[in-house]
Amino acid sequence: MKPLLELASVIRTKNAGPYELTIDVIFNDRRTYEQAKRENSLNASLIAGLYGIAETDVLTAIYFDPACAFKATMKRKIPCGDFGEKDIYGAQQHAPLLDLVVQWGDKDADQS
Amino acid sequence: MICMEQLTLLSPTAILGYGFPDRSFERGLSFGPDVIAVDAGSTDPGPYYLGSGKSFVPRVAVKRDLTYLLRAARTLRVPLVIGSAGGSGAKPHLEWCCGLVRDVAKEDGISFRMAVIPADVPPSYLKEALWDQRLNPLGPAPELSEADISDSTYLVAQMGIEPFVKALDGGADVIIAGRSYDPAVFAAFPVWKGFDEGLALHLGKILECAAIAALPGSGSDCMVGFLENERFMVEPANRERRATVASVAAHTLYEKSNPYLLPGPGGELDLYRTEFEQIAERRVAVRGSSFRPQPYTVKVEGAKRIGCRVVTIAGARDPRFIENLDEIVAGVEKRTEGNFKWEKGKFKLMFHIYGRDGVMGEQEPHPGMGHEIGIVIEALAETAELAEAVLGFARSTMLHYGFPGRIATAGNLAFPYSPSDFKVGEAYAFSVHHLLSLENPEEFFPVHFEEVCS
Repeated sequence: MKPLLELASVIRTKNAGPYELTIDVIFNDRRTYEQAKRENSLNASLIAGLYGIAETDVLTAIYFDPACAFKATMKRKIPCGDFGEKDIYGAQQHAPLLDLVVQWGDKDADQS
Repeated sequence: MICMEQLTLLSPTAILGYGFPDRSFERGLSFGPDVIAVDAGSTDPGPYYLGSGKSFVPRVAVKRDLTYLLRAARTLRVPLVIGSAGGSGAKPHLEWCCGLVRDVAKEDGISFRMAVIPADVPPSYLKEALWDQRLNPLGPAPELSEADISDSTYLVAQMGIEPFVKALDGGADVIIAGRSYDPAVFAAFPVWKGFDEGLALHLGKILECAAIAALPGSGSDCMVGFLENERFMVEPANRERRATVASVAAHTLYEKSNPYLLPGPGGELDLYRTEFEQIAERRVAVRGSSFRPQPYTVKVEGAKRIGCRVVTIAGARDPRFIENLDEIVAGVEKRTEGNFKWEKGKFKLMFHIYGRDGVMGEQEPHPGMGHEIGIVIEALAETAELAEAVLGFARSTMLHYGFPGRIATAGNLAFPYSPSDFKVGEAYAFSVHHLLSLENPEEFFPVHFEEVCS
């Protein structure tokens, strides 16, 4: 297991239109990225758990090779700017990812 | 029709009015751009700006940028293209921006042929489209009702490149367009010149945020694009910034749900075969992006009024008050509802508790509280009068609320201001975010020409 903070240089969230919030995690380098992708260290069910939402509300969870990045897009809790809004741009919703410790080269150890 | 080997595009700033340093702009111009293009809008700042018809960027800032851009474009005799005028690109936004353009022309003594392209969708047209099932929710947006359309103060559609091409065909020196698909503002001129639509749109996708795609990134600095037949390149005008494979590729992710397929008017940009290459210290080349035509759809956006908002800001330092906060908030809510029971259903009250979960609400992983907290109380009501009354009552109730163990009986809240309450004014919500099928891409983006004389 390894803290995501040690593996990534960018961890951010932002609106993707008024109804979606998208997470971008850009890994430190291609090697780190390839291992994360191989181990599926970040995935839809993990994101759903982290944000306390149904997995069906994670609309995409995808590894993007050109940017060495993982991207997940979630349904926004409420549409941007509706009554109850706390973050119009959705740019400060990344905190749960900062605490995250991910699967890292220890699959066998977990199983034993 | 390929008549040029390379086309140079200058994107001066991420949003018209965000500004740029003089030196960067001059350096951008030194590349001899064939077109200057800028995106003026976004739905990012929320529904207020579309709903109210007001600009997100202040007038003085927009006029400042316009002055630089109009002077440069007319000196170089190259087109100036502005999309999503006034921020949201509806009628009042477009008129506001065109007014500023005319003011600058007059003050500066410059003349040109201007094309103005509105992007408003008539509500009756949209209702018909709803009946004909030509209107579909975009992503998780809800199904649309006729009331959503009727309640919208403004409805706009994002135009693709076709109306811009029509304006260029008509000899426009300056194009001021209503709501536009951001990349189209940049891609229209190259496509008109015969360049590949896929590469042009991908270049537009990067240029629309100007130097945000550079390292270090900035929303108020220039980016230069060079488009060729097989590839394009980007380089920030400011020598203190670099375009890197990581910064450019990362920007391709920005604000999108799926980075490999970017849907837009008339088709999608396919990035499965895209390759990024660092060809100089500050310059990145991109190749392999392609455009896949599909049945023509445009994104329609609308916003509706949801009432009037009043807020107050207060701090709390008393540990016993902080300890009992949940109970106090519940008590204040109950007292407020009781006091205004005759107005039931006409108002809503909300407490944002900074220092606990003011940013993430129930998704906050660490909802513990420190030695002080910030509270924003918000009232939203049908009328400004009611919102003021509800907020005022909630504020004074919370200030003097009695709770077990209360020791500081003079008041529970610290207000930084007098007056303590802020009248935010009209509040809006997004009402339409749907895809509309069009038979003809120019269907409701009429191009009007105007000779602007000094």
